[in-house]
Amino acid sequence: MKNTMTTTALALLVALGAAPAAMAEIRIGASISATGPAAFLGDPEAKTLELLVEELNARGGIDGEKVKLVLYDDGGDPNKARTFATRLIEDDEVVAIIGGTTTGASMSILAVAEDAEVPFISLAGAIEIIKPVRPFVFKTPHTDRMACQKIFEDMQKRGFTKIGMISGTDGFGASMQAQCKDVVEDYGIEIVADETYNPTDADMTAQLTKIRNASGVQAVLNPGFGQGPSIVTRNYRQLAIDLPLYQSHGVASNGFIELAGAPAAEGVRLPGTALLVADLLAEDDPQRGIVVAYRDAFEEKTKTPVGTFGGYAHDAFLILTDAISRAGSAEPDDIRDAIEATSGLAGTTGIYSFSAEDHLGLDLSAFRMLEIRNGAWTLVD
Amino acid sequence: MSELLQFLFSGVTVGAVYALVALGFTIIYNASDVVNFAQGEFVMLGGMITWFAHQAGIPLPVAAFLAISITAAIGVAMNKLAIEPARGAPIVSLIIITIGASIFLQGAAQLVFDKQIHDFPAFSGDAPIRVGGATILPQSLWVIGGALAVFVGLWIFFTRTLLGRAVLATSNNRLAAQLVGINTNFVMTLSFALSAGIGALAGVLATPITLTAYNVGIAFALKGFAGAMLGGMGNPKGALVGGFLIGLIEALTAGYLSSQYKDAAAFVVILLVLFVRPQGLFGRKSTDRV
Repeated sequence: MKNTMTTTALALLVALGAAPAAMAEIRIGASISATGPAAFLGDPEAKTLELLVEELNARGGIDGEKVKLVLYDDGGDPNKARTFATRLIEDDEVVAIIGGTTTGASMSILAVAEDAEVPFISLAGAIEIIKPVRPFVFKTPHTDRMACQKIFEDMQKRGFTKIGMISGTDGFGASMQAQCKDVVEDYGIEIVADETYNPTDADMTAQLTKIRNASGVQAVLNPGFGQGPSIVTRNYRQLAIDLPLYQSHGVASNGFIELAGAPAAEGVRLPGTALLVADLLAEDDPQRGIVVAYRDAFEEKTKTPVGTFGGYAHDAFLILTDAISRAGSAEPDDIRDAIEATSGLAGTTGIYSFSAEDHLGLDLSAFRMLEIRNGAWTLVD
Repeated sequence: MSELLQFLFSGVTVGAVYALVALGFTIIYNASDVVNFAQGEFVMLGGMITWFAHQAGIPLPVAAFLAISITAAIGVAMNKLAIEPARGAPIVSLIIITIGASIFLQGAAQLVFDKQIHDFPAFSGDAPIRVGGATILPQSLWVIGGALAVFVGLWIFFTRTLLGRAVLATSNNRLAAQLVGINTNFVMTLSFALSAGIGALAGVLATPITLTAYNVGIAFALKGFAGAMLGGMGNPKGALVGGFLIGLIEALTAGYLSSQYKDAAAFVVILLVLFVRPQGLFGRKSTDRV
């Protein structure tokens, strides 16, 4: 008992002693799913934030003030995310929060952030995060609705009017399936076959055979994520279906080509970000510089290929530090106003221009329609 | 016609994976009445270790052999460190320990390997074999062959060998088995090694089709468990038939009805069978002497 008393007292002393020193730096909080079911998204996000903070401080921080990152791993659990958000605001006294790898985690963080009036930039996909617009909540990834629109735009250009869909039943696949069905009519396209698979299924040839036999089907769309789309792509070639196959931005990474196998992935199209095709971007492309710099730094540090999801964290950090620098202040209110005034900021995902009505700040041009040729990404348009 | 054939091919491909996992459950269950929920992790380890070793430049067959041996050793360690110290505990407690071991193995795999999805090349290439307008991958034949081989091996082991009967005797009555001179500790260790090895083999054979990642174990364990329950827990014949049945029901439902209902259809069939035959299709009826 006596022992615990002494340690507590000691800890208190240390904390008190450390506090004034800590106030001199800009504290940014993050709650990321670095482990758990969304780990393959959260892991590169966490590494990206650590990398960027290191780089920024090596350059001297924001206007001479060092940035300190307080990073928690919520394991994809919305309850933990809420606890960490509260801890970030009350104990760590951060000026802004980045995070919420999954939509669930983001929704619970945004409630806390909104209450405490601390700016929050989410890394999750769902449109519900920024619709209705909440004053303190922003997000960097495009929505799955935009991915659907980009894909249907391309299908329309190629003259397809009847398509089949095969979607994963995981959160990502189900949400995108619903969004696609919602906007498909705007493009004069009819879904003639609508099949699903579980994210852990080992074989989708039954569903694909059914889609192939649907009358008049001209192309197939596979909203999904994880290993499912790789298996769909392999089965697609196994059955020698010669219709164009579209994948979603959920598998926009080199890992997808590797897992599906280059011969099977040949000709697959998907909406991706500039990050995947850094070397193919035109010299005068506004995103080129930032995309190449991030890719080289990330691959140098982690020895793993860069992916879209780490890019979301990169952009959130960029938007935040840009806003702090423009605001010339580290007060949450000023930061919020500065984020909302962001205009024409080139990130890895797209070019961000926020406004009071738009807290996503991206339009369809952020997506580039990519096609896999000879095991590599190429730009379609 | 070619459509039906394709659905059947899809069904046996998936079913063979389920059957292989289900077969892994039988040995530990036979030796101790414990349903080992870490069985799925053995499958995951088989795939992940093979990928890891193969990527490090070790030829595939050697990598596969390594994976099976290491996983068997992990099975033995699990028995020695987690199950044996709790020997007197009720079956339910032991089952919960296996769930704990499963979570531990998953976490360890996440740290030792990584969190990405992986695969390694199929054993006999990726060119599909065409039969009557439908196609099947050569790797599917490997999985089906593997399931059949393991089944025959287990069947011979349990019915024709002294050791196999010793395993059954230990499960029936540990004390009596000890009295007739069976080293029950050795039987338990052996059963964990064999189960883990079979699980790893399933992972090695299935990964070129299903892909692998640190968290694939649970899905394998659930489907394999369902197959084992349907066929009759502890009976290799039941595990084989149960696994294939579930795969076929899923594929046919997805093909003719709707893929939305395929899991539901499989579980309705399992429920119906268990209502009529609680011991499963081939299970022994258990009678308790009062």
